[in-house]
Amino acid sequence: MKKKKIKKEDFDILSPFSLPWLYSETVKDHFFHPRNFMRPDEEKRFKYNAVGMVGSPQCGDVMKFWLLIDPKTEKIKKARWRTFGCGSAIASTSMLSTMITEKREVTLKEARKITPNDIMKRLGGLPERKIHCSVLGDKALREAINNYYWRTGQYEKIQPESGRIIDKVLKITDLDIEKAILEGAKNLEEVQEKTKVGLGDPNCLEEAGELVKFYLEKYQKSV
Amino acid sequence: MKRIYLDYAATTPMRKEVIEAMKPFGDKIFGNPSAIYFEGRLAKNFLEKAREKAAKILNSRPDEIIFTNGGTESINLAILGLARFYKNFFKKPRLITSKIEHPAVLEAMKQLEKENFEVIYLNVDKFGVVRLEELKKSLNPQTILVSIMYANNEIGTIQPIKKISEIIKNFRQKKLKINFPFFHTDACQAAGFLEIRPEKLGVDLMSLNGSKIYGPKASGLLYLRNGVKIEPIIFGGGQENNLRSGTENVASWIGFNKALELAQKEKGKEAKRLTALRDYLIKNILKIPKTFLNGHPKKRLPNNVNVTILDIEGEALVLQLDRYHVSASTGSACQSKILEPSHVLQAIGLPREVIHGSLRLTLGKYTRKKDLDYLIKILPKVVENLRQISPVSLKLKNEKEKNKKRRF
Repeated sequence: MKKKKIKKEDFDILSPFSLPWLYSETVKDHFFHPRNFMRPDEEKRFKYNAVGMVGSPQCGDVMKFWLLIDPKTEKIKKARWRTFGCGSAIASTSMLSTMITEKREVTLKEARKITPNDIMKRLGGLPERKIHCSVLGDKALREAINNYYWRTGQYEKIQPESGRIIDKVLKITDLDIEKAILEGAKNLEEVQEKTKVGLGDPNCLEEAGELVKFYLEKYQKSV
Repeated sequence: MKRIYLDYAATTPMRKEVIEAMKPFGDKIFGNPSAIYFEGRLAKNFLEKAREKAAKILNSRPDEIIFTNGGTESINLAILGLARFYKNFFKKPRLITSKIEHPAVLEAMKQLEKENFEVIYLNVDKFGVVRLEELKKSLNPQTILVSIMYANNEIGTIQPIKKISEIIKNFRQKKLKINFPFFHTDACQAAGFLEIRPEKLGVDLMSLNGSKIYGPKASGLLYLRNGVKIEPIIFGGGQENNLRSGTENVASWIGFNKALELAQKEKGKEAKRLTALRDYLIKNILKIPKTFLNGHPKKRLPNNVNVTILDIEGEALVLQLDRYHVSASTGSACQSKILEPSHVLQAIGLPREVIHGSLRLTLGKYTRKKDLDYLIKILPKVVENLRQISPVSLKLKNEKEKNKKRRF
């Protein structure tokens, strides 16, 4: 029998897609086939009555949502988005747009309740360090919802972004921590001086510490 | 479909000659070089031959060669070892390095800051070249060590190592402290393309890495000029002249030696070939609107291309290219473990929003023009797709200003 000559191609036996990917299969699917994003050709003719945007290019993530809301039922009829960010940022925004349009029955009230955790679950999970930075789509969505209420004069329904509560007793949110960092706090102790985080609920200190580290890195100050 | 690997600065595959050279050391020549019976003596013989050969390539002495398990280890040993050995000779010992070094250098320096050393991090210009005036000003009689990389791993900028060693020599003569400071260079990225003989460069210590020059991973060496003293950072049986304990990794070091020998032999020809390919790739990528080159247009490694592509994020771009069978790298925060964008691109003055869109392509031995033509064909499409879903539209200063202020 002839000995089979090993060709260079034989080293390519492993298709890159049979290997486990960086993120879950769902993330991969949404990243490579993003749903509902605003195509340049439809930007001018797409009808919407709400728009919201969060993030900044400096931090590496920006998300924008356009919504068409039925004024009678206040249900979301159509959604479009755009995202500047890494793979998981694009996928999570795409997933969120699916979640609010797949049934065509989602009310603004329901949409507002969607949390990063809900999006993550649908995505089949994300790496820990990606969660804070890449799941911003829900914030952009809530911005858009507020924008709708503002446009329609329902000012009483506007809910300013209140952040996620970290210290359950003192009701201190991640926004308060972010603000403290922006005001110059350089470590957890200094954040505590400004916000009292952890004094009401000492169990939250670990999470608070992580957030402090995250925001310090985000705003480029020495840790 | 065939993969197009364009991340040779991350690591290289082992070349055939290296694999061949290493083969007998798996099961035939396996003894512990410290043993006095036949197998030990045999292994020892090959190890010392390898050392002599490495010394010859570097035009130095065999006792100036310390084999290590890689670039990071060589660098750590050089910096930590030397600083700790001479610490007590000085009141306020100072170390000087640059802001664009590899983490192996920067983290070692951070550790030494904790041990009460003063560390000066030199700034670089917009091309990534160390500011020599700043180096001159930073040298003082307390300075033990200057550590500057030969060529940068991210943007490929080549440092004026000879000029730096001249400055250091002048300082030594002026101060009549003949020995201090010592000069270490991290030559891991340079060894495949540039002159690395220490006497030609005027360096006292030099770190090399096998896995960047088609040798095995976790192989490298530290050149330590005769008369320069260091402390070990790994303790044990006293191998490698008591500077690196642990049973000698003979197979790996034989492979490393072969890789170094061939890299230095072929460097001229390969550098010329890759320089042409590099410039071809740069020229074509910059045809994409809102892009610019990072690093020096001329004084850069022959295999390094680093561009910024505005309005898109690097990790997304790398994942898209991966889907098209192209392997590349980015300085975006999303790829790093610490969520901080590239310290090198920050040091050359790029704003953060721009760093997120950086793309590094590093060519190598198996890169052909047709591979680059394929990339040139697909890249504009991939970029366009990502820009379509991006809400960001950053303004690039007009072309004229781009030429003036940025590279080229």
